[in-house]
Amino acid sequence: MPALIDLDSIQKVYRTGGSEVHAVRSVTLSIQPGEFVAFMGSSGSGKSTMMNILGCLDRPTGGHYLLDGEDVSTLDRDERALVRNRKLGFVFQGFNLLPRATALENVEMPMLYGHRRTRRADGLARALEALTQVGLGDRWDHRPNQLSGGQQQRVAIARALVNRPALLLADEPTGNLDSRTSLEIMAIFQALNAQGHTIVMVTHEPDIAAFTSRQIHMKDGRVVHDAPVERPLDATAELRALQGDVAMAAHAR
Amino acid sequence: MQPLAIIRAAASSLVRHKLRSLLTTLGVIIGVAAVIALVAVGNGAQAKVASDIASLGQNLLLVFAGNRRSAGGVSSGLGGAPLTLDDAKAIQREVIGVTGLSPEVRTSGQAVANGQNWSTSVIGVSGDYLAIRQWTLSGGVMFTPAEERAVAKLGVIGSKLAAQLFGANVDPVGQTVRIKNIPFLIIGTLTSKGANLGGQDQDDVLLIPYTSAMRRLTGDTTLRTVDVQVASDDQMNAAQEQIESLLRQRHRLRKDQTNDFNILNQAELAQTAGNITKVLTLLLGAIASVSLVVGGIGIMNIMLVSVTERTREIGIRLAIGAQGRDVLWQFLLEAVLLSCLGGVIGIGIGVGGARLVTVVSGFQTFVSSSAVAFAFGFSAAIGIFFGFYPARKAARLDPIDALRYE
Ligand SMILES: Nc1ncnc2c1ncn2[C@@H]1O[C@H](COP(=O)(O)OP(=O)(O)O)[C@@H](O)[C@H]1O
Ligand SMILES: [Mg+2]
Repeated sequence: MPALIDLDSIQKVYRTGGSEVHAVRSVTLSIQPGEFVAFMGSSGSGKSTMMNILGCLDRPTGGHYLLDGEDVSTLDRDERALVRNRKLGFVFQGFNLLPRATALENVEMPMLYGHRRTRRADGLARALEALTQVGLGDRWDHRPNQLSGGQQQRVAIARALVNRPALLLADEPTGNLDSRTSLEIMAIFQALNAQGHTIVMVTHEPDIAAFTSRQIHMKDGRVVHDAPVERPLDATAELRALQGDVAMAAHAR
Repeated sequence: MQPLAIIRAAASSLVRHKLRSLLTTLGVIIGVAAVIALVAVGNGAQAKVASDIASLGQNLLLVFAGNRRSAGGVSSGLGGAPLTLDDAKAIQREVIGVTGLSPEVRTSGQAVANGQNWSTSVIGVSGDYLAIRQWTLSGGVMFTPAEERAVAKLGVIGSKLAAQLFGANVDPVGQTVRIKNIPFLIIGTLTSKGANLGGQDQDDVLLIPYTSAMRRLTGDTTLRTVDVQVASDDQMNAAQEQIESLLRQRHRLRKDQTNDFNILNQAELAQTAGNITKVLTLLLGAIASVSLVVGGIGIMNIMLVSVTERTREIGIRLAIGAQGRDVLWQFLLEAVLLSCLGGVIGIGIGVGGARLVTVVSGFQTFVSSSAVAFAFGFSAAIGIFFGFYPARKAARLDPIDALRYE
């Protein structure tokens, strides 16, 4: 099977004033369809920079990036926007929903861009389907401030899914969530991965990375370790165990 | 993005900030309302001046003694030979197309009657005067040529003077009004004519035969003004030229001498006054347009604030695939919607304001569709012009920086 992501000597150098920061130094790797990958590493190791390049939000200053067979490292601003719209879905640490729009309107948004012509009713139906997929079908008319952090992140996941992207990107998706809600999000990611979605995630928490199937460690802009996870944890099972504990604790009282 | 979706996005952000949207567009509202109302007032002035000039009379040539160009029509007669009654008769006799002629001998005096005392103006005229000035009687009769020749002590009275002297309930016809102690028998009453161009009340007047005015009141033997009515519009210029050459001849003016009289052509006057009031209207419109521009700056200001405030929103939209032009259109459309909304509200207020002026002051105003179209078009253009810079700023944001913006 051809690789979904093929990185060849990717570099990113930031020039600020007189000094140069090598955020990513010559990264070469590939990711196959259906993988669930975690980029790990300490703060400043270049994870977010990597993520921005993978997400076509930014261009590498060196090397080549083939996404789904297409060289996207040379595309201009608007062409990259089109790639983001068609092939990529983003989940951010800070959720990044439009505060004044309903969950449904937030999820609908990616369908309004790009050159596809969808009837609004069809678009809304698809948005509702995506919300249902993350378990929020009944909250479609809630605004972000009426939803919990975990629910907001699920809306963001639905928004990332709605255009049926080839790749789901998540930068610290559980960074703003408590451990229990983090498990819920990971359970959703695992379910999506099981359905065949390719997911690339950034996290600095080993607990979270344990749910993925491949871990890539970065340090000073270089990949220092890249290995499959022998036995990924099952977030749904963990969640059930946690609920059991809570039930037992309540019972004991 | 699809046009409908852009419109929806732009409109919904305006609806979410109702008060702010309204305040932002206030400048445009005031600008559009001012343009429409002021141009309506200007149009009203234009129409008023035109109708005032028309009410001077129809196809009227005013011949003044003296060579001074005088704006108000009342020549001082300084310098130059005066007009004589013979000049007037010669004009009537010799100039082709003259259908009516009346000397105008103006004086003022205390009118005493019915125990009342009122300062008024007395005009000595001929029987043609009413026809020349498009004036009619509301009662009684005008004096006859025979009565003119007889230097009769008669007069027709203006409605204002009549009301002052006799009140509303007494018919002035048959009453006597004393001017300088000379009793004039009132034989007719004039319909009301209102103020003239100079703002004088034309109804505060007593018309008497010019012979009586000259011999009994002023003692003048010459004339300062002669009103000439010409049969038709297209004979005006020819008649004016004939009068000019006739008077030059009669006054024995050499070629190198300038006229010692002055002819005012009503058609020319109407044109000149029309031009002046048109310029005035344009000027009013232009001044009001300045406030439209100021309103546009207000929109630009708020749009810039809005772009900064919504940096994150822009970042999100860019991240999920909005292209630069999608964001540009969204913000540009927001500005244009704002200014057009201001335009629509402004049209309402402007039309209402013009009505209010009419109701309060009685001054006729005319809302012209061209002013409405101009004001609306201008406000839309202002939205585009002043909305473009903020919209472009939004469209050029870097998605990563915008997403990171707190
Ligand atoms: N826009 C930028 N300009 C200059 N330096 C940057 C910029 N973004 C990131 N860096 C630098 O690049 C390095 C990697 O940053 P980043 O990718 O954000 O790391 P991580 O996400 O792993 O914490 C850091 O040293 C950071 O200071
Ligand atoms: Mg980071």
